[in-house]
Amino acid sequence: MSILGTRVVRTEDPRLLTMGGTYVDDLQVPELAGVAQVTFVRSPLAHARITGIDADAARGEPGVVAVLTSQDLDDLPPPPPDGGGGGGEAPAPLGGPWAEPLLATDRVRYVGEPVAMVITDGRYLGADAAELVAVDYDPLPVVVGIGASLAGGTLLFPDAGTNVPVTKRTESPDDSPFDGCEAVVEQQIVNQRVAPVPMEGRAAAAAWADGNLTVWTSTQNAHIAKFILAGALGVAPDNVRVVAPDVGGGFGAKIGTEREAIAVAWAARRTGRPLRWVETRSENLVGMTHGRDQIHHIKIGGNRDGKILAYRIGVTQDTGAYPRVGGFLPMLTCLMSTGAYDIPAVQTSYRVAVSNTTPVNAYRGAGRPEATAAIERAVDLFAAEIGLDPAEVRRRNLVPPDKFPFATPTGALYDTGKYAEALDKVLAAADYQGLRAEQARRRASGDPVQLGIGLSTYVEITAPDPGAGETARLEVKPDGTATVYTGSSAHGQGHHTAWAMLVTDELGIPMDQITVIHGDTGVIPAGTGTYGSRSLQLGGSAVHKAALEVKDEARRVAAQLLEASEDDLELDTDQGRWQVRGDPASGVTWGQVAGQSEDQQLVADVLFKAERPTFPFGAHMSVAEVDTETGKARLVRHVTVDDAGVVINPVLTEGQRHGGIAQGAAQALQEEVVYDAEGNPLTSTLADYAAITATELPSFELVAMETPTDLNPLGAKGIGEAGTIGATPAVQNAVIDAVSQLGVRHIDMPTTPQRVWTAIRDAQKARATQ
Amino acid sequence: MKVSMTVNGQPVEAEVEDRLLLVHYLREVAGLTATNVGCDTSSCGACTVLLDGESVKSCTVLAAQADGSDITTAEGLGQDGQLHAVQRAFQAEHGLQCGFCTPGMVMAVVSLLRENPNPTESDIRTGLEGNLCRCTGYHNIVRAALAAAGTSTD
Repeated sequence: MSILGTRVVRTEDPRLLTMGGTYVDDLQVPELAGVAQVTFVRSPLAHARITGIDADAARGEPGVVAVLTSQDLDDLPPPPPDGGGGGGEAPAPLGGPWAEPLLATDRVRYVGEPVAMVITDGRYLGADAAELVAVDYDPLPVVVGIGASLAGGTLLFPDAGTNVPVTKRTESPDDSPFDGCEAVVEQQIVNQRVAPVPMEGRAAAAAWADGNLTVWTSTQNAHIAKFILAGALGVAPDNVRVVAPDVGGGFGAKIGTEREAIAVAWAARRTGRPLRWVETRSENLVGMTHGRDQIHHIKIGGNRDGKILAYRIGVTQDTGAYPRVGGFLPMLTCLMSTGAYDIPAVQTSYRVAVSNTTPVNAYRGAGRPEATAAIERAVDLFAAEIGLDPAEVRRRNLVPPDKFPFATPTGALYDTGKYAEALDKVLAAADYQGLRAEQARRRASGDPVQLGIGLSTYVEITAPDPGAGETARLEVKPDGTATVYTGSSAHGQGHHTAWAMLVTDELGIPMDQITVIHGDTGVIPAGTGTYGSRSLQLGGSAVHKAALEVKDEARRVAAQLLEASEDDLELDTDQGRWQVRGDPASGVTWGQVAGQSEDQQLVADVLFKAERPTFPFGAHMSVAEVDTETGKARLVRHVTVDDAGVVINPVLTEGQRHGGIAQGAAQALQEEVVYDAEGNPLTSTLADYAAITATELPSFELVAMETPTDLNPLGAKGIGEAGTIGATPAVQNAVIDAVSQLGVRHIDMPTTPQRVWTAIRDAQKARATQ
Repeated sequence: MKVSMTVNGQPVEAEVEDRLLLVHYLREVAGLTATNVGCDTSSCGACTVLLDGESVKSCTVLAAQADGSDITTAEGLGQDGQLHAVQRAFQAEHGLQCGFCTPGMVMAVVSLLRENPNPTESDIRTGLEGNLCRCTGYHNIVRAALAAAGTSTD
């Protein structure tokens, strides 16, 4: 029986449970002997000119190795040219007038922007000395919020001449698709800014030797980080080695690397010392990129029988102080805007605006949770407008199974899906009718604690860059062990377990004889790493193909050893032995085969590329109780189908779903990055940012469903982000549904007690004046 | 000042700054890096250890305050090379992913079960409110705590 699809507990865990992982701050490698500590001096102002920096006092402190400022950045290549997106349509990162320096030069653009680096022998001394760096700031008017940015009264980048680096907009939208609709609803929806908060913040250590740089950093993509570092520092990629040791969570906010880690590598060269930087949580909450922060203007129209005929979404992305990913996030939002529905007429547009806030980049879902939040709110608003059950409206518009592959009007090609089946499974598992009956009872009795039922049926895109592919190298040694070198990169997903399962399934080498190595460009020449829920479908497929190639080679060698025809050989995967069919006594082990092969080992190198992205889908139902007297919403149940194709290890996929659901619920219920009008972050510690805890969540109810894709040999799609994409609108819809009978139509996230209470009060006022 | 304590059964003594936090004493003086620092406001619990049998956030205790005490970290939980029942339950129930919150979370569960050997799910969720995990959604941590409650021997 195949091990694939069975519940295998993680091989990673004993080490993490006993010694703990080895994160950047834990590293005690020889190259870092005598390592000095980097502390960044960060801007306390959101927008200001820097008129002077006096670091003499800091330099005079004991233990201070150096204080570096932008004046010292004189040995770096020029910033990249404009990526072609300035005012245009390209969703590429931008350089040119939008370029981001390693250390602020003439001005700062957000609270937390790095201004200087203090290098000390000792952690606490760094904090002391950083206090002594005196920076003179001449405050500038502050741009906070999309409205202020678009108004353009103050420009963050005067040379660019605008606060809007990317625009893809239909100037005069065509209203004709809505003209024939029996019901049309419009709404502005705020998809608020949130903080990724991986439990390990950002960290980097760097050491130079003979012109060669080694950087240890908390990244999802050692290989991407290598090329970013090489480009920024003006050294050849061959002279750069990047190691991702254990990484304490990423959630999209650790893709590649960014300015602080580059600055650490630069400063190590400048000072001739190995350096380490590990950010504090207060730095993390202003320095690590945030996620989401879009405003949507939606319009949805259709007939009173529930058929949706037209949908429009205009997305404005607040990208923070530097447009690091150009228009990538709203581009993905628009690509996935119609969700799981077959809507004939769709119009999308987006623009990106800068503001004096922390830059925004990918966060679990990266553009897709925003798309799903918008369409799922739109469908609920439409259902309320025509007075139909939201589950029924969804069923009438879901792409039917016979239409796959399904080309959306926005240009996506959905591979496989049984969307209505997913919805029906969730409705049945949750007892939807029973919940509606309970809701009706509470409404009739005027219970102060009302019940809300929220749905979302979603589809998302995973491995959106299938052509980049992923690498795997598999070696089988004469001692019978196997080593997998994967270009994919783990930070909690369980690659070591899953990749070993893929190898043992094909080869019969026991899992405890298989080592998985990732995240070191010194031993893995090429790779891409982890984002966009790409690991299993690309990296796992590469491992699978490598195992098949090794098997083919082993068959040739074993045939010689056993003096038999290849066709007569079989591999006993229970015993891990090659034998002549029907003659177990004839067998040879993997070790014997490897020892007799040409290079004393069996090796396969694979770069697996997929033809197209895959599209996981599912349905979530959330049940919330809302205290109508206080506005407090409590999530009481969350039931989901998340169909990501063939499951290799349910333990791992369930874990991904749990974590994703929690982060979605967190955005819907309570998490929000807040700035005041002067651009001061009000949520810059974990005492202020409402990161979700165990007390605010129920246990989750997961329903299994597997619809394979034909785009990779495993039949697998991605699962890392699905939970967040599905859960966010389901929870939001549940809270609104709980108070909809009071006249509440919409509440923006997070649905905090204050917002819910205010929405109830406003609805009551509106009814009273009618 | 001179600070000495017993860490996982071993004496550890050092001359340290008055302001040194217990978590940095454990990590940098005792060389035990399982205990992590996840925040700077005593909010996340990644640094949870046992001080004379009680769970504390070691970022909120000065090393000097722990002078003369008996500290247990994740490294010292198992015996004779075997995982502690709570550690076993975390593996069996997939109660960890990236592993960063894990040592602190495990210590918090150990402490919780000592105080309440037969907790309900609600007891566990309330008891772990001061420990943040960003990967698991807490679902399997709660399962692990429930499972360990059924098997824990101490």
